Amino acid sequence: MNKREGRLAKQNRLRQHLLSTPYVLWSIGFIVLPLLMIVYYGLTSRDGGGFTLENLKLIWEPTHRATLWLSIKLSVISTIICLLIAYPLALALRALRLKSNGFVILLFMLPMWMNFLLRTIAWQNILEKNGVINMLLSAVGLPKLNIINTPTAIVLGMVYDFLPFMIIPIYNVLSKIGDDVIQAAADLGANYFQILWRVILPLSKPGIVSGLTMVFVPSLTTFVISDILGGGNILLIGKVIEQKFKMANDWNAGCGLSLVLMVFIFICMAIVQKYDKDSEGTSVW
Amino acid sequence: MVKRLIQKGYIGLVIVFLYAPILVLMVLSFNGSKYRSKWGGFTFKWYRELLENEKILNALWTTLLLALFSALLATVLGTLAAVAMNRMKKLPKAIMMSITNIPILNSEIVIGISMMLLYFAISFSLGFTSVLLALTAAHMPYVILNVLPKLRQTSRSTYEAALDLGASPISAFFKIVLPDIFPGVLSGFMLAFTLALDDFVITHFTKDAKVSTLSTVIYAETRRGIEPEIYALSTIMFTAVLVLLIVVNRMKAGAAKKLAEQQK
Amino acid sequence: MAQENKLITLENITKKYDGQVVLDDLNLYIRENEFLTLLGPSGCGKTTTLRIIGGFETPDVGRVIFDGQDITNLPPNKRQLNTVFQKYALFTHMTIAENIAFGLKIKKKSKQYIQDKIDYALKLVNLDGYGKRMPDSLSGGQQQRIAIARAIVNEPKVLLLDEPLGALDLKLRQDMQYELIRLKNELGITFVYVTHDQEEALTMSDTIMVMNQGYIQQIGTPEMIYNEPKNAFVADFIGESNIIGATMIQDRLVEILGAKFACVDEGFGNNQPVDVVIRPEDVDLVEPEQGTIQGVVTSLIFKGVHYEMEVEANGFTWLVHSTDLSPVGKQVGIKVDPFDIQIMNKPESEDEEAVGINE
Repeated sequence: MNKREGRLAKQNRLRQHLLSTPYVLWSIGFIVLPLLMIVYYGLTSRDGGGFTLENLKLIWEPTHRATLWLSIKLSVISTIICLLIAYPLALALRALRLKSNGFVILLFMLPMWMNFLLRTIAWQNILEKNGVINMLLSAVGLPKLNIINTPTAIVLGMVYDFLPFMIIPIYNVLSKIGDDVIQAAADLGANYFQILWRVILPLSKPGIVSGLTMVFVPSLTTFVISDILGGGNILLIGKVIEQKFKMANDWNAGCGLSLVLMVFIFICMAIVQKYDKDSEGTSVW
Repeated sequence: MVKRLIQKGYIGLVIVFLYAPILVLMVLSFNGSKYRSKWGGFTFKWYRELLENEKILNALWTTLLLALFSALLATVLGTLAAVAMNRMKKLPKAIMMSITNIPILNSEIVIGISMMLLYFAISFSLGFTSVLLALTAAHMPYVILNVLPKLRQTSRSTYEAALDLGASPISAFFKIVLPDIFPGVLSGFMLAFTLALDDFVITHFTKDAKVSTLSTVIYAETRRGIEPEIYALSTIMFTAVLVLLIVVNRMKAGAAKKLAEQQK
Repeated sequence: MAQENKLITLENITKKYDGQVVLDDLNLYIRENEFLTLLGPSGCGKTTTLRIIGGFETPDVGRVIFDGQDITNLPPNKRQLNTVFQKYALFTHMTIAENIAFGLKIKKKSKQYIQDKIDYALKLVNLDGYGKRMPDSLSGGQQQRIAIARAIVNEPKVLLLDEPLGALDLKLRQDMQYELIRLKNELGITFVYVTHDQEEALTMSDTIMVMNQGYIQQIGTPEMIYNEPKNAFVADFIGESNIIGATMIQDRLVEILGAKFACVDEGFGNNQPVDVVIRPEDVDLVEPEQGTIQGVVTSLIFKGVHYEMEVEANGFTWLVHSTDLSPVGKQVGIKVDPFDIQIMNKPESEDEEAVGINE
């Protein structure tokens, strides 16, 4: 009997290894190794290949510093705007009491089936000098707005492109908060705003955190939106990195900047996650 | 009542914001003028010319193949990975979970660059396959995160009951566990497919000159002006998906109604 | 009862959902310091009644009077009563202490006051020292006690409890019943308790209100409800019983299954069809010749405290509880004491049965 159990346990362990080994190998090969490559290039010099911090220091060059600062500013602004739009929206959607949240998710994912570059280009049409907005404004006798090729246009593009990634996680958590919890708060004397502030908001923190992440990271690193809506004269950090690879062919410099950016993102995430004690607590970071 | 109205009005406003550019693109696909900012009368010309535009049709084909295969690959591998992770002990699981989260937290540009560097390091030539693998790696975590919660809900006892009734572990997985977690697998697949279809950045860094997808074609044309055939193609694609979704929804609603009537 | 004693009065309450009538012209008063239980099967309107009192639903017709004030349209956060929810509804992002402090913080009580209240409430529900824990780390029974503690620190005049023990297992449920009675006595406030469990209702209540399909079937003390059910529904719902169609021959004489039984009821008229209710423990099995009717034992189960037997007699299967054993196949006589026979008017239709008596 014992012998048989031992054999079974061994078989189980073998099966477990057979199951998990492929993914472990895959993650090492396609997630960890590529990142190590960036670290390697970022810390070695272009000629010779010796260890250097020059590539990291590039970020302190005045032009790069200004670029990074602008990128952070615009992405923080867009992230906050996304949150301000998405949270009331998710509350309104929750109030609809739909039977399944599949429909809502579909509604906000569907635009992705139109290529996002095209959708961003369409904003040129809406925003430009003789675009849709200015046509409407002049039709009612208001002065024209000059939005296209300004940071405002870029923020608008970021908000537009990444808003669904804020809406869906927040809606997902909000729709899971039970009515009885909200009624219990009302029963204990809380009015609508007290319920919102003390119960709903804290309970929806995990959704807010993942929404913030999913909007902030792509906003910070995008080079496409600034290309299209910034008219090429507003440089963001993503564009600088892209040019190091595609134009200057200076991989080491590009990796140095990427490394700084990556570390910056992970630090931001770590800070945000720290404030979110309710998250599942399974991640090591 | 007023509150209800404000809520619905607000939802409507956000939906208009999200779909306005799509409407603009649809209008542009019927624009007689080749230039975006000029209206040259209504025409079906671009739809006809689309059928002869080999460059765009090739890009479409490549895009669809990449999206389909990368999503399939990500779904199969991701589901297996989720099953494996679900059974891991606490610490290995936490480590794997963190690694899985990297591509989601990381920016696309860093993923694209890092994959390119890897290919370069192992002298793997860039092309269709390199893009396919990069997309798979980038989107697999989304599949895992969709499947894992479903696996956690699935009780181990049903799987064990299947074994007890004589099923082999493999057939127990396919007959019992998979149907249970299928909604998660499906939404993981849909997400991976949609993300791959819309991807530009990762493809941009991991392709060679011979591979072109819709995104890369559009990006290359941003400066000199988009060929109107692309508007036509996008309109067709979007409308097709919309119609498909409406049909599926109707069928689901019909089936639910039928079921409700039967239960009466 | 004296007028000033009525704490809550429900007047002509009607409530519909999607055209479906859930409560129909319901009238009810709740006395100060009373343990009132709303008892009935699911869908009978008991929870809706509770939610109307709590302020989570507004009646389509009718008024809710609390302490002389019309509170029909007052939102829950303005009412002087608190609810204990079926699934506890604890705030999972707060510690136990924060959960209990919630209502007091809203009312801007002083820190010291809140701390004292938390300590007092935790002691009261026997969970001293649990303040820093999170709700998830507690068992179901402990969570339920916290839900009660969270409600009572606000010193409500009335505590509403919506099937609070429904999610607990049997042993815990019994313990919690005693706990609730003790709490009620210590706090000296009114409890309105919703349950579908007749045993819970009989154990804890001062007054039981039996409901079915939106109508009150009977209101009374547990003893009255059990011993003198007003109709077949109440008799069937509370405890086990033999409900038999019979004919009232004259005052104090009823014909059951062709045999004449002496009883104590009067005023049903002569030769009127009625229903009789006889509790299984009130059926005496005797020698055949001593019984009013004769039958044969067809099944026997040992139940611990007593034996449960089924006796076929005159075409009816009698349920009998007795500490004396009669083996299967034995010929027996059936005898019932006159005061153990409960006579009820026969309902003329299903609807009338649902309407019951609406006092």
